[in-house]
Amino acid sequence: MAERIIKLPDVGEGIAEAELVEWHVKVGDIVREDDLIAAVMTDKATVEIPSPVEGEVTWVGAEIGDTVAIGSALVKLEVAGAAKAGEPAEAEAPAEQPQEEPAPVPPATPASAPDAAPRRMPTPKPAPARPAPIAAAPAPRRAAGEKPLASPAVRLKAREAGIDLRQVQGSGPAGRITHEDIDAFLQRGPEAPAAGGLARKTAVTEVKVVGLRRRIAEKMALSKSRIPHITIVEEVDVSALEDLRAALNRKPTAERPKLTLLPFLMRAMVKALGEQPGLNALYDDEAGLVRQHAGIHIGIATQTPSGLVVPVVKHAEARDLWGCAVELSRLAERAREGGASRDELTGSTITITSLGAMGGIATTPVINHPEVAIVGVNKIMVRPVWDGATFVPRKMMNLSCSFDHRVVDGWDAAVFVQRLKELLETPATLFVDM
Amino acid sequence: MTDITCKLLVIGAGPGGYVCAIRAGQLGMDTVIVESGKLGGSCLNVGCIPSKAMIHVAEEFEKAAHAAAGKTPFGLSVAEPMLDLKQAVAWKDGIVQRLNNGVAGLLRKAKVKIVHGQARFRDGKTVAVETETGPKIIKAETVVIATGSVPVELPFLPFGGNVISSTGALALTELPKRLVVVGGGYIGLELGTAFAKLGSKVTVVEVQDRILPLYDAELTAPVARSLAALGAEVLLGARALGLTARGDGLRIETADGKERELPADRILVTVGRAPATGTLGLEELVLDMDGRFIRIGERCETSMRGIYAIGDVTGEPMLAHRAMAQGEMVAEIVAGEPRIWDKAAIPAICFTDPEIVSAGLSPAEAKKAGLEVKLGQFPFTANGRAMTRHGEAGFVRVVARADNHLVLGIQAVGQGVSELSAAFGLAIEMGARLEDLAGTIHAHPTLGEAFQESALKALGHALHI
Repeated sequence: MAERIIKLPDVGEGIAEAELVEWHVKVGDIVREDDLIAAVMTDKATVEIPSPVEGEVTWVGAEIGDTVAIGSALVKLEVAGAAKAGEPAEAEAPAEQPQEEPAPVPPATPASAPDAAPRRMPTPKPAPARPAPIAAAPAPRRAAGEKPLASPAVRLKAREAGIDLRQVQGSGPAGRITHEDIDAFLQRGPEAPAAGGLARKTAVTEVKVVGLRRRIAEKMALSKSRIPHITIVEEVDVSALEDLRAALNRKPTAERPKLTLLPFLMRAMVKALGEQPGLNALYDDEAGLVRQHAGIHIGIATQTPSGLVVPVVKHAEARDLWGCAVELSRLAERAREGGASRDELTGSTITITSLGAMGGIATTPVINHPEVAIVGVNKIMVRPVWDGATFVPRKMMNLSCSFDHRVVDGWDAAVFVQRLKELLETPATLFVDM
Repeated sequence: MTDITCKLLVIGAGPGGYVCAIRAGQLGMDTVIVESGKLGGSCLNVGCIPSKAMIHVAEEFEKAAHAAAGKTPFGLSVAEPMLDLKQAVAWKDGIVQRLNNGVAGLLRKAKVKIVHGQARFRDGKTVAVETETGPKIIKAETVVIATGSVPVELPFLPFGGNVISSTGALALTELPKRLVVVGGGYIGLELGTAFAKLGSKVTVVEVQDRILPLYDAELTAPVARSLAALGAEVLLGARALGLTARGDGLRIETADGKERELPADRILVTVGRAPATGTLGLEELVLDMDGRFIRIGERCETSMRGIYAIGDVTGEPMLAHRAMAQGEMVAEIVAGEPRIWDKAAIPAICFTDPEIVSAGLSPAEAKKAGLEVKLGQFPFTANGRAMTRHGEAGFVRVVARADNHLVLGIQAVGQGVSELSAAFGLAIEMGARLEDLAGTIHAHPTLGEAFQESALKALGHALHI
C-alpha cells in the first residue's frame, strides 16, 4: 500500500487559488479512477476535480468555503501497489474543463527545470486489476437478434442484477451463458468488442414518455406549433459587467451571496420591459387578447434530474440585485430537489433560459407559451474585438432571444435586445434611474 | 354496499388467477381474488382434471373389456366389465371437490381474501362484485384479469338438449350409444377416445383435412390408427350443418360435397374456446385488444397502467401451466421484482391414446424460422419398457440446430409419454445440447431411454436401433 497525495490542479489561466465548494468524498471512502473528488469555484467557473487513481481517502485538506491554493494538497489516498521508497508519491488531479474557457494544458515541467517546487508529471495510471480473460474456446457470437441462451436460474440472476443478457457473451456450450459469465460481467462490465470486431447493435430501448417528460413534450409541441418564432442573436460585451461582478463578489455575506450573471440580466430586463410592456405579456390567442402585466415575473428554465422545470421569480421589478439573486438560488435549489411548489413553478410573464458554460454560441429558445418573449443566454467567451486601433481581448456573450411574431414585430424585438445590450455593456445604467 | 381496498385484485380463480393470488400473498401483498364460479376455474372444475379422471376410467374399462374378449397376448381373462357411470362421475366430482378445497386452503394460507361473485369494472381501479349478500365495491392499486375462456358455440348448433360442450360431456351419467364429436382438436379427441373406450359409437367431424391440426402429421398418425382400432369413425374435410329435423342426429356436408345425416344421441361440440370477458365491463376501460383477446406485453401488462391480464383471456396457447407461470410472474412484478416473460418453451400435451407431447419447435417451425436442423427420432418399438407395457406405438423426436446442436424442440407420441414432458421442458429451458441429452444416464428400463436415444440418433450413433 502507498500513500498518494492529490493536489489541486491548475484550473484556469492565471488563477492562483480557488474556493472549495463541494466535497464528493470523505475520509474512508473508496474512490475509483475518474470519480469526482471535489468541486472548486474560481471567479469564473465551478470546476469538478476527478481522482487520477483508485484508492481509499485517508485525509482531506480543506473544508467547504476554504480557499485552496493551486498545487496544494487536496486529499491523500491510500492506493494499492508499492510506493517509491522515501517520499509518498504525489499526483496532480487532472482538472475537468473549466466551464468558461478551455483549460490551458499545463506545461510539462521536466524534473530538472529550475522550478521552485519540483513538480512531477502525473504518474502513469496503474492498470486496474482485472480477472484474466476466460480461457474457454471462443463461443460463436450470437447473430443479430438471436435470443441469449441461459438457464432459468441464470436469467433470474441477471434480471435481479439488472443485466441485459443480450450484452453478455456466453462461455458455455452453444454459447450458453453461465453463472460465471454473469459474475465476470458484473466485475468488469460489458466486454469490449473483440479486437477488430465492430459488432452491430440491434437493441431498441423503449423509454416511456411519462410524468414531467410528457408535460415538457406537450408544452414544447404547443409552443412550437402555435407560435411563429422570430429569434434575434446579438453579442454583448460583458467585460465591464464581469469586472463589476467580480468586485461585488469579493466579500460575500449571507444577505449578499455571490452573484452570477443572471441577477444582472434580470435587472436589465426589468428596465427594458418597463419601456416595452408589450413584451411582458401573455397572449391568449383563443380570446384574441394580449394581457400586459405590470408585475414582471421571470421564469428561469432550470435543469433538474427529472427534466426541465421553470421556477418563477415573482415581481422582479420589486427586487434589487441581491433580492433577485437570493430568490433565484432558493428557487433553483427547490426545483433541483423536486420540492418546488406549484405556485413557485407557475405565473411567469417572461422567461430566461441559460445553459451557462454549455450555452453555445447561439440558440433558438422556445417561447414558454403563452408568453411572448424568451431571453436565451449563451456562454461568455474571450474574443478579439477591434477597438478602432487594435484588437483587444473582451469578454463577449451572446443573447439569443425569441419573440412571438404574431404580436411582436421584428422592430420591437430588436429595440428590446438592443436595450438589454446597452444596459449590460454599461452596467452603471442598471443602477441609475433614467 | 361495502367497500374493500386492496393492493392487488385478481379477477378469476382459475390456475392463472389463484397462483397469482397465492404468490402475491406470499410476497406480503394485500390481495383479493374474485370468482363467480368454483375455485380452480375451467381447468380444475370442467377441464384438465375431470377429463383426465374420466379418461382414466375409460382406459381401465377398455383394458378389462380387452381382456374379457380374450385379446390380451399374456393370457389374462376377466369377466365382462360393468361400469356404473354415475359412480364414476361421483368419483371424478370427489376429486374435483378435494382440489377445490385445496385451492381454498392454499389461498387462505396465503392470507388472500376470497370474494364470490361476478366482477365488473367500473374504472381501471374499481370493480363492482355482485355477491350473494349484495354488491361490493373493490378498489385496488393493481388489477389482474384472469377470467379464462369458455367453449365456443356454433350458431347453427347451440348448446342445449342433445348438443353438449365438454363441460356437459364430463357430467353425463348415461353413456350415449352414438356420440358425434364436432371438432377434431385435442379436447374433442380426448373425450371422443374416452367415450369410444367406454363403448359409445363415436364419429368425429373435422372440417380440416386431418385431426389435431396443431401437431404435425407424423405425431398424429398413431392417434388416427388408434381411433380406427377403437371403432371410431373420423370424417375429415366434413362440415357440420345443423341438427336433423327430428333432432336425432347431425347433418353434415362430407368432403365430396354430399349431405349426410349422422344419427346421434349426443352431439359434442369442441370447436375451440373463446376468452371469457363478456361480463367484465371491459367497455369501461380502454384496453388494446388482439382480436377477441386482451393484448399484453412481455410483463403481461395491458395497455392500461395497473391492469395486467394472464391466461386464456390473453390468447393462445390456452394452457393452464402457461397461465400459472404468468400469474406467478405478475405477482412478483407487482411486488416490485424485476421480471419478464423469458420462457423458452411451454410444453403442450394431448391426452389421447397414445398421448402426444410437444415442447419447443417442431421440425417445420424450426425450418420456417430459417434454422438448419438435425433431427433424431427413436421408435418405442425398440424400447424395452414400451414392449413390456404392451404399448409400442409412437416415438420420441428431437429437433436441434445443425451448427451447435442446441435442442430447439422435442416431441413424442406414445403411451404414457405425457410424463416425459418434464424432461423435455427442462432440457429446452436449460439450453441443453444434443450431447447433454446423450450424456445423461437415463434409467433402464424406462420410456425415457427413447429420449436419450433420439439425441444419440441425431448425433449419428443411436445404440439400440
